[in-house]
Amino acid sequence: MTAARDIIKLFVLKTFPTDSPGAGIDYETSFVDAGIMDSMRVLELVEFLEGQFGITIKDSELVPGNLDSIRNICRYLESKGVTGADS
Amino acid sequence: MLVDDFLAMSASRFPGKTAVICGDRRVTYGELDETSNRLAQALVAVGVRPGDRVAVLLDNSIETAICIFGALKAGGAFVVVNHTTKPKKLEFILNDCSASALIIGASQFDSHKAAVSRVGSLRCVVVCGGGRSSRSSSHGIIDLDRDLSSFPSLRPGNRSIDADLAALIYTSGSTGLPKGVAVSHLNVVSAATSITEYLESVADDVIINVLPLSFDYGLYQLLMSVKSGGTLVLEKSFAYPFTIVERIEQERVTGFPGVPTVFALLLQMRNLEPQRFDSVRYVTNTGACLPPAHIPRLKVLFRNAKIFSMYGLTECKRVSYLEPAELERRPTSVGKAMPNVQALVVDDAGEPVGPGVVGELVVRGSNVMMGYWNRTDETAKIVRPGRFPGDRVLHTGDLFTMDDDGFLYFVARRDDIIKSRGEKVSPREVENVILELAGIREAVVVGVDDPILGQSVKAFVVPAEGFGITEEDVIKHCASSLENFMVPRAIEFCSDLPRTTTGKPDLTALRGSAGLPGDRWE
Repeated sequence: MTAARDIIKLFVLKTFPTDSPGAGIDYETSFVDAGIMDSMRVLELVEFLEGQFGITIKDSELVPGNLDSIRNICRYLESKGVTGADS
Repeated sequence: MLVDDFLAMSASRFPGKTAVICGDRRVTYGELDETSNRLAQALVAVGVRPGDRVAVLLDNSIETAICIFGALKAGGAFVVVNHTTKPKKLEFILNDCSASALIIGASQFDSHKAAVSRVGSLRCVVVCGGGRSSRSSSHGIIDLDRDLSSFPSLRPGNRSIDADLAALIYTSGSTGLPKGVAVSHLNVVSAATSITEYLESVADDVIINVLPLSFDYGLYQLLMSVKSGGTLVLEKSFAYPFTIVERIEQERVTGFPGVPTVFALLLQMRNLEPQRFDSVRYVTNTGACLPPAHIPRLKVLFRNAKIFSMYGLTECKRVSYLEPAELERRPTSVGKAMPNVQALVVDDAGEPVGPGVVGELVVRGSNVMMGYWNRTDETAKIVRPGRFPGDRVLHTGDLFTMDDDGFLYFVARRDDIIKSRGEKVSPREVENVILELAGIREAVVVGVDDPILGQSVKAFVVPAEGFGITEEDVIKHCASSLENFMVPRAIEFCSDLPRTTTGKPDLTALRGSAGLPGDRWE
C-alpha cells in the first residue's frame, strides 16, 4: 500500500511543478518558502485531500501548520482520523 | 523630497515604533533605518554608484524592505524582481537594466548562479540567509546576515535629487519581453502623496500586505506605510487565507489592500465573523473591477471600513479612485482622478470625448513614469507631448467612458494583455515559452474569465505528430520558465487553430470556444 506521504508528494510534484533546484520537495519543505504554493493551489490541494482521504477541511484549518509541508499534511490527516498517515 | 526620506523622517519621529512585521519578526523604524544605512554603505563600498540599478530577488520579507531603502540610500535605484522568476528571465532583466548589484536569497542562489555569472555588469552579489562558506562566484559576495555589522551605521553622504531614477518596476509587455518602468523619486513621491491623501493615511495605521513587493501595488504599501509612519504587516502571500484573517484580528489591522482574487477567496470562506475585521477602516481594490455582486458582501464583512475602488497602471502607479460613498450608486466606476492628477478620455486625435463616448484614457501628472528602460520607441508610443513645453501625457491603451458627472468606467484594453490576479501576463511571453518545447507546432494563449482570478491563462496548442506531448508536459515546461501566475491553468490541444481572413489565429473564436465572450472582463 502506498503511504500517504508518497501519495501527497506525487500530487504536489505533479500539480505544482517547479524547476527549483533539488526540486527537492522533501518531507519537511515549506511549500510557501519553496515558492510553489499560492492561494489557488491551496484550493487544489484541499480538493485533492478531501477527495483522496475522505475528510472535510474547515476554513479555519487552512493554515500552514496543517498544509504547508508533506509532514504537516500527514500530521493533520492523522489528527483527522486518517490512520497511518503520520507513520 | 526623496523616497528614502520617507524612512529618514519616520525613523526620526518614531525610532522605537514597529515599522514592519513579518512572520514572528518585527523591526522598528530605528532598526530599519540603521540596517539600510549599513547596506547602503556596503553597496557604495563595492562600487555601486549613483543611478546604478540594484536588483532584489527576495520574497516578501523585512530584508526586502531593507534592500529597497538601502539601494536608494546608496544613491541607486532598486529593481524588485518577483521571487519566483526563473534563471533565464532573471538573466534577461539583469542584463536589460545593467544591474550593478543583485541581492538574492540563499535558497535561490545556487539555482541562479550560472545565470548570474553571465551578467557582466554585476559588481556584487549580496546573499540573504544562510552562511556563505560553500559559495563561489565570479562576483564579490556579501552575506547580508553576517557582514553588514562591519559597515558604518550612518547614511552615505551622496544624495540623489528627485529627478533621479528611484526604481525600475518590470511589467509584462505585449511583445513578450518584460519592460522596466523607470520611475524617478518625484514620480514615486507624487503618487504616494496623492494616494495617502485620499486614504487619509496616518501613523496609527496598520496595513496588511499580501501582495508581492515586486508588484507596484504591493511595493507602494511598504513605501506609503513608511511615509505615514505606520506599521506594515508583511505576508508572504495570500496562500492561507485563514492565517491572514487571524493576523488582521491579532494586529488590529486598519488597512487591507487587495485585488478581486483576494476578496473572492475571502468571500468563499464559511462562517467568517465580521467582528474579526472590526479594526479595518479601509479596504482598497485595484488590478480589476470588483464584481458588483461582491460589494454588498464585502460591506457586511468589513462593516467599519470604507471600500475604495481604484484604477491604475504601473506606468503612473495610480490614476483614479472612487469615493466610497459612491460605490453603491456606481459600482462599476473607478471614480475620478486622484489628487494632483488629470485623467481625460480622448479620441484618436487626442480631443476629449463627450459623456458616454468610448475613448482612450490619458493621464497627466508628476506620477507619470520617466519611460521604459532602454526602450525609446515604446516609450514614445505611450508617453506623448502635451499642450505645454515639456508637458507629457500618458496614453494608457485602456478604453474608457465617462458619465455625465465625470466618473470613469473601464471598457476594454487595446492590447491583448491578460490580467490574472490583478497582474499582467503577456500572451506572447507564455506562447514563446510553450514553443520552446519540442513537439509543439503552434500555440496561442488567451485570458479566460475566471470567478476567482478575473482571468486565468489558457493555452491552445497544436502538437506536432509523433511527440506524444501531454498537458502535464506543457504545464511543467511553463513552470520551469515562468513565474507562477503566468503558468497556464488549462491546455487545450487542437489539430489546427481557427483563423481570421488574414490567416492570423482568431482570438475571438478561441475565447468563444472556451465558453467566453470575446471581450475581456476587467
